[in-house]
Amino acid sequence: MEKLSFRHATSRALPGAKPQAITGVVASGNLEVLLERTLAPTECTVEIETPIRGYGEVWAAVVADFVARSQPGGLRITINDGGARPDTVSLRLLQGARLMEV
Amino acid sequence: MGERIIDPAAKGWAISWYEASARARLDGLLDAGSFREVVGPEERRMSPHLPLFDLPRAFDDGMIVGSGRLDGQAVLVAAQEGRFMGGAFGEVHGAKLVGLLRAALALKPAAVLILFDTGGVRLQEANAGETAIAEVMRAITDLRAAGVPVIGLIGGRAGAYGGGGLIAGTCSRLAVSEGGRISVSGPEVIETNKGAEEFDSRDRALVWRTMGGKHRRLIGGADAYADDSVAAFRQVALDLIGRAPAFDLATLEAEQARLEERLTRFGDCRDATEIWARLGVNDPEAVPALATADFDALLANLRETTHDAR
Amino acid sequence: MSGWHREREARDARVEAGRAHATGKIVAAANVVDLLEAILEPGDRVCLEGDNQKQADCLARGLSRCDPGRVHDLHMVQSGIVLPEHLDIFEQGIARRLDYSYSGPQGGRIARMLYGGQIELGAVHTYLELFARYFVDLTPNVALIAGVSADRDGNLYTGPNTEDTPTVVEATAFKNGVVVAQVNEIVERVPRVDIPGDRIDFVVEADTPFYVEPLFTRDPAAMTETQILMAMMAIKGIYAEYGIRRLNHGIGFGTAAIELLLPTYAERLGLKGQIATHWALNPHPTLIPAIESGWVKQVHCFGSEVGMDRYIRERSDIFFTGADGSLRSNRAFCQTAGLYACDLFIGSTLQIDLAGHSSTVTQNRVAGFGGAPNMGSDPHGRRHPSDTWMKAGREAQVTGDPALMRGRKLVVQIVETFGEGLVPAFVERLDALELAKKIGLELAPVMVYADDVTHIVTEEGIANLLLCRNADEREQAIRGVAGYTEIGRGRDRAMVERLRQRGIVRRPEDLGIEPLDADRSLLAARSIKDLVHWSGGLYEPPAKFRNW
Repeated sequence: MEKLSFRHATSRALPGAKPQAITGVVASGNLEVLLERTLAPTECTVEIETPIRGYGEVWAAVVADFVARSQPGGLRITINDGGARPDTVSLRLLQGARLMEV
Repeated sequence: MGERIIDPAAKGWAISWYEASARARLDGLLDAGSFREVVGPEERRMSPHLPLFDLPRAFDDGMIVGSGRLDGQAVLVAAQEGRFMGGAFGEVHGAKLVGLLRAALALKPAAVLILFDTGGVRLQEANAGETAIAEVMRAITDLRAAGVPVIGLIGGRAGAYGGGGLIAGTCSRLAVSEGGRISVSGPEVIETNKGAEEFDSRDRALVWRTMGGKHRRLIGGADAYADDSVAAFRQVALDLIGRAPAFDLATLEAEQARLEERLTRFGDCRDATEIWARLGVNDPEAVPALATADFDALLANLRETTHDAR
Repeated sequence: MSGWHREREARDARVEAGRAHATGKIVAAANVVDLLEAILEPGDRVCLEGDNQKQADCLARGLSRCDPGRVHDLHMVQSGIVLPEHLDIFEQGIARRLDYSYSGPQGGRIARMLYGGQIELGAVHTYLELFARYFVDLTPNVALIAGVSADRDGNLYTGPNTEDTPTVVEATAFKNGVVVAQVNEIVERVPRVDIPGDRIDFVVEADTPFYVEPLFTRDPAAMTETQILMAMMAIKGIYAEYGIRRLNHGIGFGTAAIELLLPTYAERLGLKGQIATHWALNPHPTLIPAIESGWVKQVHCFGSEVGMDRYIRERSDIFFTGADGSLRSNRAFCQTAGLYACDLFIGSTLQIDLAGHSSTVTQNRVAGFGGAPNMGSDPHGRRHPSDTWMKAGREAQVTGDPALMRGRKLVVQIVETFGEGLVPAFVERLDALELAKKIGLELAPVMVYADDVTHIVTEEGIANLLLCRNADEREQAIRGVAGYTEIGRGRDRAMVERLRQRGIVRRPEDLGIEPLDADRSLLAARSIKDLVHWSGGLYEPPAKFRNW
């Protein structure tokens, strides 16, 4: 398994008060995303465990785009990947942020 | 914590049990907002074995357990995620179910609901999985003896196979949908051991008429038949809690007698359709295509499908 | 010997030799090898009917059992290389040269045999192109075809899968060739005459019914949110904007998702009757909900689809059917319809390069083209206008007199940026070019050339290539929808933003689409069982698609 970890500064806390949410399932081509509101509102971390090695740059780009778009300040995000394609990862991250905004 | 962002019900869609994730099933099954998870994903109690095989883990190890309310009654629930490792029993997965059942002995809820979706034991942690199966069956019998009904709900992609099929056999009542399957050996296992002439696992019509929901309901292997929707499973779960059989010697002896009689009556049948014909179904070939209402009507005409043996 | 009828005399001699193994026109399955050895001569051009779906499998088995000492060096001219026997005969020396169109299931093996020099390849054609050559320079000496039933005079009923048969028979029978038909049964009277008996020389009663592959069934249960998102963008950003009524769909999941969104998503957009009314399409089961909801006016079919026969019979307002009630398909006519009478083709591919060239050929698979290059090309012979065609023409026009402007057919590639196994769909250079070099092909097997492609739809957005004014813009528009592939990450972000301002690149939000709304609950059917319900029980799916 390859472990990746990203930390980003954010301009604001993600709206909403929900302390945690989970979306997706660890299955072939899919992934699960656990979001926890445990960090300072000015930062966000994303930790990933994936069985597919060598896609660090792609993960970095997907995570950076997500952070720029959603500004998920305060979130610790942890991902168990089942070999999802980047567009699926993006979608799950956006779904997760949406669930936390409730 | 559901997976779906859009509420399909608001669009006039029933949520398909077959398609829904384990969490979405629990969400729709229980009274709104009543589910309290125990050992949730944030605790990260994941499989200690899968990393040795370079396989991804899940935060809940594919087993979600907790408490909730069903039409106001306190229940304990366990749901398997059939898409993670085929819903298979591993060490943590199994331990969570065993723990829930043992807690039920102390808590005495109105029922324990098990939302099966499993291919059996996880090969990568088979010893722990097999042990868990045995412990679960023992815990279920203890619970039933203590008067707590254990209701199995079967309608997921993976069905209830292997040890899951064995556990299902120990439940007080089972509800199944058309897509649900109950058996011990899976189609591929039978084909591998006995050849495609004995059982062609790619003939999905054969697989379903041998192991699928309608067949299990027709021969009494399941006690209720549900439409493939979360709402329908909620309704049958409610009904079944109210009519769980006593767990005593008389029930077991009746069950033994039923099983012996079943073997005598149907032992020489080569196909499920022959069994259905002997049960009194006029047009057995038409059964797989029957819509729920027509199938319910058929069941109502075949009185013997309601008994305590499977 | 001189004269003007030598071909006919030679043909008569072959038929005469064949009669030794027949009773009238009827040949027992056990005598197929003897028949073929009697009527075939070394070096013959032979069409062994291998269509997209229907296979003359009994005759294929017979041909592969012929003595290579008697039957050898055949030149096979058939659209589909589908069965193992289609390639076995090259290994055995029975056949040597090949001209074909499509080889889906045998794509891997055909690539190995091409590399190994076991097949002398003429060309990989598009269907219409191969059919056209049947009448010019690839006319078969012998055609081995398949039908459902025949009478003793040889009158042939093809069943719903008529497909290539009339074209093959036309070229063979009227140019002094010999036609052998395998049928599932010999009957007193055929339900309808698809091929008149005077064009059929021999009828073989096959030992088993001919094989048909369910090629066009896409299980809604396997449809992903990404595919649904792409389908929403195609409907709103292309179908609605250009008012596309006459169209052809490829067979991928993206286009199947479009079919399933018509009665739901497109209905809510108020598009019913405005789009997707007239089709050149196989009878896709995923079109059933749109048909049942009154979206579809009519459908002409290349072939049929397993399990759709009863449904089609009960929907003769929609489909082309015979007096007997069953579907009449015809690949040549439907390909022509797709080429000239449709305003849009939308399909998938495996690789797209920076200019927009695309191919389904990879280094170890030569799948061929089938019909995509016909559908996916702008026919310069078209002379009738439509609003869709004219709008596309205006978008494409850069210079010249507007009064002399001609329209453009919309050719849309709908692809997910990553395919199976995280293989990127966008590449610097097509594998097809490497393959052409390795086996010495003069013409690289490109499926759709860049100058025919008008739009590319991915989960990231739509690139409108009609509006690009130079190669740079085109490359950045493609990179701009290439997602997280290396091509996509290599984009000039500022330039892509400028293209977005001009509507050349459009994101879901530019179209008013929220990606999180791309949910399976939008599908009119979410399972094969749902399709059966929509059809009122008329659709009878093959066992492999069932879970009941």
